[in-house]
Amino acid sequence: MNSQRTMHNAKLFLILVLSVIIGGQFSLVSAQNDGSQQNQTGRAGTFAIVGARIVTVSGATIENGTIVIQNGKIAAIGANVSVPAGAEKIDGKGMSVYPGMIDAGTNMGLAEITLAVNGSVDLTEVGTMNANTKAIKGINPHSAHINVTRVNGITSVLSAPAGGLMAGQAAIINLNGSTPDEMAVVREYALVINFPRIATGGGFGGGGFGGGAQPVDFNEAVKRRDTQVEELKKIFKSTTTYMRAKDAYAKDKTLPYPATDQKLEAFEPFMKGEKPIIFTAERERDIRGVAKFVSEMKVKGIIMGGQEAWKAADDLKKNNIPVIYTNVYSLPVRDDDDYDYLFTAPSKMAAAGLKFCISTGDTGPMVRDLPYHAGIAGAFGLSKEDALKSVTLYSAEILGLADKMGSLDVGKVANVVVADGDLLEARTNIKYMFINGRMIPLTSRHTELFDSFKDRK
Amino acid sequence: MKKITAYFVLLILLVGSFSVVVSAQSNNDVLIKNASVLTAARGTLENTDILIQNGKITRIGKGITAPAGARVIDATGKFVTPGIIDAHSHSMLDAINEGSFSVTSMVRTRDMLNPTDIEIYRALAGGVTGALLLHGSANSIGGQSTTVKFKWGHPVEDYPIADAPPGIKFAMGENVRQTTFSPPPGTPLRYPRTRQGVIETMRDAFIRARDYKQAWDDFKSGKTKVQPRTDLELKPIVEILEGKRLVHAHGYRADEHLNLMLLADEFGFRVATLQHGLETYKIAPEIAKRGTGASIFTDFWGFKLESYDAIPYTAYILWKNGVNVSINSDDGGRMRRLNLDAAKVQKYGGVPEQDALQMITLNPAKQLGIDKRTGSIEVGKDGDVVIWNAHPFSVYSRVDTTIIEGVTYFDRAVDAKMRMDVAKERETLEKLDINKAPGTGGGPPSRPAERRRGDRDDADNGDGGNN
Repeated sequence: MNSQRTMHNAKLFLILVLSVIIGGQFSLVSAQNDGSQQNQTGRAGTFAIVGARIVTVSGATIENGTIVIQNGKIAAIGANVSVPAGAEKIDGKGMSVYPGMIDAGTNMGLAEITLAVNGSVDLTEVGTMNANTKAIKGINPHSAHINVTRVNGITSVLSAPAGGLMAGQAAIINLNGSTPDEMAVVREYALVINFPRIATGGGFGGGGFGGGAQPVDFNEAVKRRDTQVEELKKIFKSTTTYMRAKDAYAKDKTLPYPATDQKLEAFEPFMKGEKPIIFTAERERDIRGVAKFVSEMKVKGIIMGGQEAWKAADDLKKNNIPVIYTNVYSLPVRDDDDYDYLFTAPSKMAAAGLKFCISTGDTGPMVRDLPYHAGIAGAFGLSKEDALKSVTLYSAEILGLADKMGSLDVGKVANVVVADGDLLEARTNIKYMFINGRMIPLTSRHTELFDSFKDRK
Repeated sequence: MKKITAYFVLLILLVGSFSVVVSAQSNNDVLIKNASVLTAARGTLENTDILIQNGKITRIGKGITAPAGARVIDATGKFVTPGIIDAHSHSMLDAINEGSFSVTSMVRTRDMLNPTDIEIYRALAGGVTGALLLHGSANSIGGQSTTVKFKWGHPVEDYPIADAPPGIKFAMGENVRQTTFSPPPGTPLRYPRTRQGVIETMRDAFIRARDYKQAWDDFKSGKTKVQPRTDLELKPIVEILEGKRLVHAHGYRADEHLNLMLLADEFGFRVATLQHGLETYKIAPEIAKRGTGASIFTDFWGFKLESYDAIPYTAYILWKNGVNVSINSDDGGRMRRLNLDAAKVQKYGGVPEQDALQMITLNPAKQLGIDKRTGSIEVGKDGDVVIWNAHPFSVYSRVDTTIIEGVTYFDRAVDAKMRMDVAKERETLEKLDINKAPGTGGGPPSRPAERRRGDRDDADNGDGGNN
C-alpha cells in the first residue's frame, strides 16, 4: 500500500515537474512568437515637435514650425506656436512631420502566417453569405505584423475578411492597443463582397488555383456571372422581406413573431446604404458590373482592387464609387499590357477625377511597404502631392474619417509621424511616431531579433 | 484558328517593333554623355561620359568625343548604374520543377527557356540585364541552372552567358518536405519528409557521385578496362565535387543552411550561394568563414513559418561580417524594383550607398562567376548599363534606357511610340470580322495568352512566386 502510494506521489510530482517545464517552454515560445514588445502601447503625454518641416497634407507645408500633441489630439500647429508648459519638447531640426499613413485594404491581424499554418489564419469563413462575421472579432492585437507595420509610419488600416460572396465586415483599426476594442476606430465599417467576375479561365483571378483552369467560353462566363449576381440580389430580397415582416409585427402584435435571422439582420444597414459595401473587382467589365449593381440596388459602394477602374471612371463617378487601389506591385495580367500598366493606373484615376487611395492589398507582413506603393505611382505620372495624399487624406476620406485623420489639422486625432526625409522614400527613417497621441516605441519583432543577433561572433 | 493567327500577327508586329530598337544604330557603339555614374566599383562620378564600343566599356571620363557611327545619349541630370543582376529568377522557364524525385540533377533549365516571356521585357524596364535562372525548390537537388542576359528579341541561344560557370539548384525546408500543401488523397508521401531526411538525401547523392567519380577515375587510369555507364544524374554532382559547378541552395532556417555547409565541408566543396537565407543573420560568422555568398530578400518575410524569423537587417549583419550579399527577386513582380530593395538595405542598418548598390550588381555577378565581364561600370567590362531619370534609390525614379553590350533593349521613349503602333494595330485587328464581339457577327473574341502560371513553383511545389 505504502509503496504504491509513494509511487503515486512520485508520478504526480513527475507530472507536475513536467508540466511546469512544458508550460514554461510554451510561454517562452509564445513570448517569442507574439513578440514580447506587443504590449508596448506607448505613453501618453503632451508633446511638442519644434522647428520641424510640417507637411499638413490638407494645407500648405510649414517649413519651420511647431506641432503640439495633447490629450490624444493635435492641439496646435503653426510657425509661431508656443509650447505649453510641461510639454515634452522634441527637436524637429531636419525632420519632417506627416500624418500617419492609412492602408485601406489589408487583412491585418487576421492571418499571421498564411501558407501552411492554418491555425494562424482567420481570413475566410465557410459559406457564401457571411454578412454577420466581423473582422474585429478575429483580429489578433498581438500579431507581430502590427508593430512591424507601424514603425514604418503606418498608423491605421482597414482590415477585411476574405473569401465567399459576402466575406464579412471590415474593421478600421489603429495599430496600437492590447485589445481589439482599444485598436478600433470603426468596429464594423463596411461589408466586403467579392463581386462575381466574368471569369473565362485565366488572369484577373478568374483562373482558379495556379491559373491552370480550363478556359470557359465568354458567353458561358457571362451567364455564370449573372447567376451569381442573381444570388446576391436574392439576399437583398430576403432581407427586404425579413424587414417587412419585422415592421408588420411591430405594428400588429397579433402576427406571428418573425424568427431572428442574424445574417439578414447584419446585412440591413448595408442594403439600406447606411454603411458602405466594398466590392472587390479588377477588370473594366467587372467594375462596370459593380457600378450597375450599386445603382440598381441603391447601395453605397467602394471598389477594392481597381486595376482598370480608370477605364470605368464615368460609371464610377456617376455612382459616387471611390477606389481602394491595391495593384501598384502587381504584374500586369495580359502579356500585351503596357509594362507600367499598373504603375500608371493611379495617375489615370487622378486625371479622370476619380476618388481613389492606394493600398498594399497585403495580408499583413508587407503592409509596411505602403509608402513605396504610393511613391512608385508618383514615379509614373501621379504628382508627389497626390501620391502622399493617396496614403493619407484620400484613404481617410474614402473610409469616412477625413474629420478625424489623414492630415495634420488642429482637433484631429494625433496619429503623427516624424521622419528624417520624404515619407514615401525607401531610405527614409521614422524617428518618432504617435498614435492617438501616445508616443509609440519604435521596436518590433524585427528590431528585437536584430538586437539578439547583430553582435554574434 | 484565324483568331489565333491574328494574335500571332500582333505578336510578330510587337517583336518586329523591338527589332527596330536593336537596329536603330549603325553599329553598337554608344556614348552616354554627362551623367552621374554610380560605378558600383569606384564610387559615383559626376558629369561623366561612358563610351561603349563593340559591346565593351572602352572609356569612362569627361568630354569624350563620339566616334563615327556611335549613338550619343545626352544623360544630363540622369543617373547611370551597372545593369542589375538578379541571382534568383524563374522568368523564362516554361516549367519550374521536375517534382517526381527529390534528386533531379539531370534536368536543365537551359532546355525550357522561353525567350518571349514578357517578364523579360518588364525586368529590362526595371533595369535588370542579367539573371540566374533556377529550378524551383520542390527537390533536394532540383536541376541545372542557366545564367543569362536578357537579350529580348533575340533567339534563345543568345541568352545564356557562354563563359558563366554552370550552376545547380539545391533546396531545403518546407517545399522539399512537401508540407506546404496537401497531397491528393491516396498519394504516397515522398521521401524526404523531414529536415534530417533532406540532408541525408543530399549526402546520399554526394556519396553516389563520389563512387561514380572513383569508377571513372579507375577506368581512366587503366585500373579497370570496363567503362562505367554514364549517369546523367551523378555527372553534375561530380562537377560540384570537382569545384566546376556552383551550388545555389534554397533554404530559410539557419540550421539547415549550416547543415549544408557542414556537408560541403565533409565533401570538400564550397557552397556558392545560400538562396533566400532569411535566417543567415543568425550564422553570419559561419558563412563568412567559408566564403559562401548569400542571396536574400531585403525585407520580405512572414509568408510561411520558416520565413517568420526573417528581418530586414539581414543584409547589414552579413555585410558587417564580410559575407558577399546579393538581393534577389524570385519573382517577376519584385524583379522590377530591385533598386528599391537595395535602397532599403541602406535604411535597415545603414550600409553605405555603393555597398548597397553592389548587392544588386557586382555582388551577384561575383556569386555567379561573371564579375570579370559585368556587374560594375569599369573599362573592359561589358556595356551593360541602365540610365535612370533620378537616383535609382529614389522611389520616384524610373528607368529611361537599359543597355546590354551596347545594344538598347528597353527605352521608354521607344516604348511610348511602340504603344501607339500597337494600339493602331489592335484597332485594325479588332475591326476584322473574326474578332467582332459576340452578338455582332463574330465568335467570342480571342483572349490574349495569360502568363504561364500553371507550373510556377509556388503554386504546386513551392518557391517561384516569392516563397
